[in-house]
Amino acid sequence: MVCESWKSQLDTYLDAEVPEQQMRTFDAHVRSCPSCSADALARVQMKRTIQAAGRRFTPSAEFRKRMQQKIAPKPQRSFGLRWMLAATAAIILVAGSLTSAYLGSRPGRDQVFSEIADLHVATLASSSPVDVISTDRHTVKPWFQGKIPFAFNLPELQNSGFTLLGGRMAYLEQTPGAHLIYDVRKHHISVFVFQERSLPAKLNENSLSPKQLPFNLETWSQGGLRYFLIGDASAADINNLAKLFKAAS
Amino acid sequence: MPHFERLYNFACWLTHDRQEAEDLVQETYAKALKGFSSFRPGTNFRAWIYKILRNAFLTSRTGLKTSATVPLDLEGEEEALPTDKETPESILLQRSDNQLVQHALDELPVAYREILLLCEVEEMSYQEISATLAIPMGTVMSRLSRARKALRGSLQPQFAKRMN
Repeated sequence: MVCESWKSQLDTYLDAEVPEQQMRTFDAHVRSCPSCSADALARVQMKRTIQAAGRRFTPSAEFRKRMQQKIAPKPQRSFGLRWMLAATAAIILVAGSLTSAYLGSRPGRDQVFSEIADLHVATLASSSPVDVISTDRHTVKPWFQGKIPFAFNLPELQNSGFTLLGGRMAYLEQTPGAHLIYDVRKHHISVFVFQERSLPAKLNENSLSPKQLPFNLETWSQGGLRYFLIGDASAADINNLAKLFKAAS
Repeated sequence: MPHFERLYNFACWLTHDRQEAEDLVQETYAKALKGFSSFRPGTNFRAWIYKILRNAFLTSRTGLKTSATVPLDLEGEEEALPTDKETPESILLQRSDNQLVQHALDELPVAYREILLLCEVEEMSYQEISATLAIPMGTVMSRLSRARKALRGSLQPQFAKRMN
């Protein structure tokens, strides 16, 4: 009977939803009470079983591809498909191989930008957006040593209005890179750094944000590294942070 | 596409139909892209996009049918469920397998099924669930508790059969 009040809250405790101080009291009780500890174990098993059983459906490759095609930014949104095809055909006839090369690189470029936007949004939505927390570049930079196959410099931020929140690993097309998150006036900006040669698409120097993306984006190549800055901060803020990076590199 | 696989899994659980789930996910992303300006940075993106999916489901043919036949608000409903003491879950779960649990989840009212999936599979906090389902925190806790009891109640006869 003594344990009834504990047991009534056992699920909430196992969901880690009781206040922190109460959590410690609960921990102590569960460790010392055989009945509650057996019950807690059973409930954890039940949670795990539901979790395993709940991950049941996987989208088909065909559906994934269809969705990617629908969501990927379209090169000329204002044109109808027929017009676009006709225009493309005409350009190919006129410009020959030069145009073919352009058409080959553009979808790749847009896909890279979409993936960068996805990484940015998914990270901010995460409950732990950074793996190394710091406002000090001297803590964040060494953290990447041994984790990514290149080194890069971080800018000095004094009096710049920018704050370095932290960093984490990022992968683009199975290529490891650095992901840094900066804050400026409560807006978050993601900075991604990858090796240029490992990226799938050719990206023009100083490519600017495609209009289809709901963010401002700036990218450039420097010292064999490709930098992407993306966020909902103003284009001017993103440009200022880009300047600091360019000066530091 | 953030959360693509998980949204699809959740959509399949809600609709019980892969084609309908695909339509639902497609609609969700279309609405999310169209209404991205309504997403406030710093708020929970996951809860926001799951809410879009769930609202799309509720207005779909299957969703309307479900809400017409099963009351979404089950808070007042007290079911005669076996208590935890009657059969130790540990014994039941030793014999559990995915198929049995999946079948039991399938049979649950959608309001119980979705809250269990958001809590256990998506590992959402109560606050995220509250935002996704647009219900108060207290309702999250009581509905979750009833959903768990309902699932246990549904599993017990299955396991009892196996034990005999």
